[in-house]
Amino acid sequence: MTLPLIIYRSLRQHALSTWVTAGSIALACGLLMCVWVVKTQSQSAFRDTATSFDAVLGARGSKLQLVLNAIFHLEASPGNLPYSDYEAIRRHPAVKTAIPIAVGDNLRGYRIVGTGVELFAQVEYASGKKFAVQAGGKFFGPENSEAKEAVAGSFAAERLGLKVGDTFHPFHGLAYSEKEQHADLYTVVGILSPTNTPADRVLWIPLQGVQRMSGHDPKTASDISAVLIQLRAPAAGIMLDLLYNKQGNRLTLAYPVGTIVGDLFGKIAWFDRVLTLVAYLVALVAAGSVLASIYNSMSARQRDLAILRSLGARRRTIFGTVVAEAACIGLLGAVAGLAIYFALLTVVAGVIRAQTGVVLSVTAWHEVLVICPVAMIALCALGGVVPAVKAYRTPVAETLAPLS
Amino acid sequence: MLAITDLRKSFPSPEGGRAEIVNVSAFALAAGEQLALRGESGSGKTTFLHLIAGILAADSGKIAIDGVDMTALPEPKRDRLRAEKTGYIFQTFNLLQGYTCLENVLLGMSFGVGADRNRARALLERVGLSARLNHFPRQLSTGQQQRVAVARALANRPKLVLADEPTGNLDHKHAGESLALIREVCRENGAALLLVSHDEEVLGRFERRRDFAEINKISVLR
Repeated sequence: MTLPLIIYRSLRQHALSTWVTAGSIALACGLLMCVWVVKTQSQSAFRDTATSFDAVLGARGSKLQLVLNAIFHLEASPGNLPYSDYEAIRRHPAVKTAIPIAVGDNLRGYRIVGTGVELFAQVEYASGKKFAVQAGGKFFGPENSEAKEAVAGSFAAERLGLKVGDTFHPFHGLAYSEKEQHADLYTVVGILSPTNTPADRVLWIPLQGVQRMSGHDPKTASDISAVLIQLRAPAAGIMLDLLYNKQGNRLTLAYPVGTIVGDLFGKIAWFDRVLTLVAYLVALVAAGSVLASIYNSMSARQRDLAILRSLGARRRTIFGTVVAEAACIGLLGAVAGLAIYFALLTVVAGVIRAQTGVVLSVTAWHEVLVICPVAMIALCALGGVVPAVKAYRTPVAETLAPLS
Repeated sequence: MLAITDLRKSFPSPEGGRAEIVNVSAFALAAGEQLALRGESGSGKTTFLHLIAGILAADSGKIAIDGVDMTALPEPKRDRLRAEKTGYIFQTFNLLQGYTCLENVLLGMSFGVGADRNRARALLERVGLSARLNHFPRQLSTGQQQRVAVARALANRPKLVLADEPTGNLDHKHAGESLALIREVCRENGAALLLVSHDEEVLGRFERRRDFAEINKISVLR
């Protein structure tokens, strides 16, 4: 009972500095874990999403923009390509699946994407998982269907309050503007089961729906925005890359998609490096404040320590007590840090899902959830060593009474 | 019980060199004996008790408690010996202010025979503090604080109790009562008592008393 009692009493005696220090440790710990988990989970979620397709064919422009627009439904389209280009690549012997998409409209900020039913029938959005509609719904008709039917992604449906049977007028453009409403009236015929991919944030309509939307230029009625491609063999991509990117100058083939997504994280890596650096600095400051807080309390506690020594406590017991006290502050901070981590990740995951459709799991296991708290406790214990040495050296007789 | 030979202790002097504070060639205390040492302030009697308690290392000499030469022991064993064999009642009591009376006594036991809640309670009841077990020292009167210090000093069933001006902070009436209690409780626990004081009233209550100056032959060293 000795050690826990001494630590408990000491922490209580310096309750304010204990809580302030534990709070800063919690912040550092929560932030570090959150940055780490968001980074690893989002990278893996983006890569998983990107693995559905090997390549994207689009108008001449940035490969990253093409991938973000066609697969992640972010960014503007780099331009259109004639339907004949789609037909050409669809017939290419190296291509297993080619899915055309057309973008350019939205419903209150949620993108409307025109595509063919092959997307739902043939493509696995994750290994072994195909798109499905929730009970009571169905997919729209074939690519050339003129039916004004829509299938809503689960997240978009939830946010827009759409259910099967509801109707809506699309709005022109990728950004929502009340004045840009089309006359066409679409009926929601199905709601996609959640896929935890960007497809959840989209309203899907037949390809011709976008192409022939009232107000769109009739001259480009057969154009599409991009073609999503699955290859028969990955090596075929090199050949297509040569064909479209090196020999041709009209179209862009974004291949391989995984590498291009990796480049995206390379470009924004500075951001998580800054966040990680900030979190490390906060952690160091927190450990420093543990040191300062306990060290400053040493003068006031020297008499207590000398009394304990006079009662028979060994120097190493006193040393261990101070280090354990610092570790306990670290433990309090680490526990609170886990709470901060969950709160922070819930918010960040919500924002990422709303912005990109990529879903991060708040409860998913990651080794950083153990490594970070343990490291913080160790760092605090290390911060406790300096005051512990001071405590270790407390001169008992000198501290307890003036020499006569 | 306590046997001291050629004990010396000096400190650096402000004028340079070293000032000898303790120089005791021979001193002994039998088991269960109660002895009062008379000494003026600055005579080195507190240092003498600190040396016996082992919270201060001697320059030379031998201090044997219950047959064990404390000066020959490494510090951890000296700490252990202090916890098990001696009890110390300080003039200012030196209670741990952040701990309750019961915890003060239990902590005293923790480094010695081990915490025994029942014995700690019984000791506090014995010194009349059964209703104050969970009070903090600041919530007690000076006399009550001293009683906690007495209970703590006896918590490990020590063979030797050292008392440094134990009544120095008490008024005349309480000093008498307190002294009687210390002597009585030491007797009940079979502990020898070595008390130092400059108060003639206190010294007069002891059958055996000596002048510290008689046994402490100090000189100034360079």
